[in-house]
Amino acid sequence: MMTNPTQRLTQGQFSFLPDLTDAEISAQIQYGLDKGYAWSVEYTDDPHPRNQYWDMFGMPMFDLRDPAGVLMEVNHCRQTFPSHYIRMMAFDSTRGVESVAMSFIVNRPQYEPGFQLERSEEAGRMMRYSTRSYAAGMPENERG
Amino acid sequence: MAETPVRGSARSVAEVLAQSQVEQVLAELDSDLVGLAPVKARIRDIAALLVIDTLRANLGLESQAPSLHMCFTGNPGTGKTTVAMRMAQILHRLGRVRKGHMVAVTRDDLVGQYIGHTAPKTKEVLKKAMGGVLFIDEAYYLYRPENERDYGQEAMEILLQVMENQRDDLVVILAGYKNRMDTFFQSNPGMSSRIAHHIDFPDYGVPELQQIGLCMLAQQNYRFDAEATDAFERYLRLRMEQPHFANARSVRNALDRARLRQASRLFADRNRQLTADDLTTITGPDLLASRLFQPSVPAEAP
Repeated sequence: MMTNPTQRLTQGQFSFLPDLTDAEISAQIQYGLDKGYAWSVEYTDDPHPRNQYWDMFGMPMFDLRDPAGVLMEVNHCRQTFPSHYIRMMAFDSTRGVESVAMSFIVNRPQYEPGFQLERSEEAGRMMRYSTRSYAAGMPENERG
Repeated sequence: MAETPVRGSARSVAEVLAQSQVEQVLAELDSDLVGLAPVKARIRDIAALLVIDTLRANLGLESQAPSLHMCFTGNPGTGKTTVAMRMAQILHRLGRVRKGHMVAVTRDDLVGQYIGHTAPKTKEVLKKAMGGVLFIDEAYYLYRPENERDYGQEAMEILLQVMENQRDDLVVILAGYKNRMDTFFQSNPGMSSRIAHHIDFPDYGVPELQQIGLCMLAQQNYRFDAEATDAFERYLRLRMEQPHFANARSVRNALDRARLRQASRLFADRNRQLTADDLTTITGPDLLASRLFQPSVPAEAP
């Protein structure tokens, strides 16, 4: 059985669509800026779904007016980490919300091996399941 | 998403002007800013070029977006910052910048204090200015040739790179005193060659400063009586001879001090019923109390 037929990580918004072009990303950034969100860029090489805290690429960008500034940061991150996962997040600072309002992947590795489902048998024939990302199988400095 | 060039329908200058409402900003520039004839002429030239470029683009004639980075030189208080703000509006109306805001910075906002601090700082400022105008005041401080390990060099390199590669996204305006900017450009040929427009702001004459003073008063709902009008002219002539004369800024400071004196004058008379006329009028003695009219004049603060 194929658990990952498209060989693509599906996390965040737009992840079932083909990769967004820069123009489409700009349009999304503009939407967020119009809503008053602060954009930030994060990257990781471990796509496990429970790996929620990716590494920040620079500070979150407050007080921006135009998507070109955010896109500049994204392109800088793509240059630095061409074969990592890179996502953009929009932080809504409205009192009472104060959380991430948008998040989508803007860069992925060429090859995405997906996840392994591990089963372990416990006492009384009980089954425990866990997932492990193949991409994170190697030590950190030998990946990708 | 396919990149299709958007072609407008305008075929005449009047149509472009009507669509962009730039004429209104130019008219405001003429009416709100006193003097500055060479500056206004240059802004009109730039506006004309952008309008013609729009018409060319409408007909499908390819032309590279003109470089609009500018350098404003002039003495303090000649209106560099004010004009830069107007410039942002004009460029926005003409569709040359997308947002039309202005980010004003000085060396401190661009250059860091230790290794690795400068690049993120400069980039943050550049990101904020994207889609608008980045106004760098006293730009000559950016580069200090006497200190070869100065981090200003790093900020300049990032700045130059963005000025060259992202011309569509942002317009950089440098500002500073004429002679120091000249030295700055001599030691930075890269910067000099990337700036297309060098605009010099002339000093104001007495009639212009008077007019500026009256404009400032009118904005704050004050007015001069006949004696004060006369005293103000004499004050300006004396003040221009003093060191640290900063054109319009000195006028504003003088008026602020006159308002202080008017307030204390009215304050002293506790039981008087004050009319609107009393409260808005600055009289001759309010101005004549200035130190400049005293027999021996020490240098007054700018």
